[in-house]
Amino acid sequence: MPTEAVAIRVRGFSQFFGPERTLANLDLEVLRNEILGIIGPARSGKSTFLCALNRLNDLVRGSRVEGRIEIDGRNIYEPDVDVVELRRRLGTVFATPIPLPRSIFENVAFGPRMAGTRDRMALDEIVRDSLEKGGLWEEVKDRLDTSALKLSGGQQQRLCLARILALKPEFILLDEPTSGLDPVSTMKIEDSLRKLKKEYTIILVTNNTKQAARVADRTAFFLDGELIEVGPTAGIFTAPADKRTDDYLRGKFG
Amino acid sequence: MSLDPRLSQRVARVVLWAMTVVTVAVLLFIIFFILRRGLPAISLDFLTKNPVDMGKGGGIFSTILGTVVLTALAILIATPLGVGTAIFLTEYTWENTVTRVIRFGAECLAGIPSIIFGLFGFILFVTKLGFGWSILSGGLTLAFMLLPTIIRTSEEAIKSVPSAYRQVSFSLGGTKWQTVTRVVLPSALPGIVTGIILSIGRSIGETAATIFTAGSALRIPTSLFSSTRTMSVHFYILAREGISMSRAYGTAAVLIIAILAVNVATYYLMNRFIKKYS
Repeated sequence: MPTEAVAIRVRGFSQFFGPERTLANLDLEVLRNEILGIIGPARSGKSTFLCALNRLNDLVRGSRVEGRIEIDGRNIYEPDVDVVELRRRLGTVFATPIPLPRSIFENVAFGPRMAGTRDRMALDEIVRDSLEKGGLWEEVKDRLDTSALKLSGGQQQRLCLARILALKPEFILLDEPTSGLDPVSTMKIEDSLRKLKKEYTIILVTNNTKQAARVADRTAFFLDGELIEVGPTAGIFTAPADKRTDDYLRGKFG
Repeated sequence: MSLDPRLSQRVARVVLWAMTVVTVAVLLFIIFFILRRGLPAISLDFLTKNPVDMGKGGGIFSTILGTVVLTALAILIATPLGVGTAIFLTEYTWENTVTRVIRFGAECLAGIPSIIFGLFGFILFVTKLGFGWSILSGGLTLAFMLLPTIIRTSEEAIKSVPSAYRQVSFSLGGTKWQTVTRVVLPSALPGIVTGIILSIGRSIGETAATIFTAGSALRIPTSLFSSTRTMSVHFYILAREGISMSRAYGTAAVLIIAILAVNVATYYLMNRFIKKYS
């Protein structure tokens, strides 16, 4: 595969919390403008992997890493990396939608404001654009000043998506974004992701293997902090190379 | 022998209900007792005229002013120090021996009787640093007395902010300081304000610590170095020296009403704030 297509390169990466190793010696590439699905049972290290990419694991006491994660050829764990800047490049949507206790507008404008955007016109523009891309604009355009906590769960999750789009990131990391949502809301999010793929590189952690089958270009299977296999989604689902992948997809465990 | 659960449930309800009634009754009794004796002494002149003849005549204006100024100074000093310490302990450092020592120290400080603070303030501020009996000495002493409460309540308030909010803020490219000021503090504010209200109440009512440090002058204070007399000190002196019981009760009534007013006003403001943020 041509090198310029590789956006993130993970090499021999391990994540420790105190003495415990949650990710073991990962080697993985993420390609530009793909949706990489990550599946695996609970506690297999999927979410930890996302939080290693944007260094949110740094916030946990006793966090330590080995190996490298290169984004655009640069190891993000080098000491002089600007973590704040890094996190702006990798927008993260969490499993439970967590709107901040502010208005819809202020939730979306939160990131740009922290990055120093003050101009009201520019903010208006960013908020509208992000909500449109997140597929929420039509539903909330008349009530941007109401509290984000009043939105439904599905709307809140799309708000969280819009909130990271407002930062104009290069990557979108999603941690089981539809685990708490109904089928219609799930479908809306998946539609947004397919459209967003053109502009962003997306990593989708999901505990719903069918979701990976529906939207992911390639799928990786994690088990006990190890990457068991990764490849084009169709291949993983029809002819997995590893027996454990096959067992998991057949629902034999997890 | 075990009680029938339905019976024990009924007994529990009655006992708990009785406890509540006793508590509220005692509280109301004190308030009514003071107000019944004190309200007749209160008039516009009582509130706006200065004491005459050691408090036998005139009003209590200078002591109201003294109380307000001392309390304001104490809160202005203690709030940034206390909230800052709480932010440091909760957000900027991991739990370790040092934080535990700081917290233990603050808790010990909370248990020290206020007259000891008065003595400490007298030795340090009034004599050693040469501030004399003054608003500055009194305000600093009160501030130290209030610090443990403010640290403790702010810490609890900050800890109760969901960690998910912090995670969101960091993941959106927030620095630690931005996260603290834009996410943590607004959410923690109701709790922090509660601590400050408690502190205002305590410092309005404080006698022992202020009599030693701010003195008991009845003149209108003109600078931070003026000595002043707070309402509670005035009450103490009027009652203790038998100068005028009716004026003593009048002062007490004003004190109680002031504390009630502070509470009501703050809760009103806080409700408006909470509505804005949620």
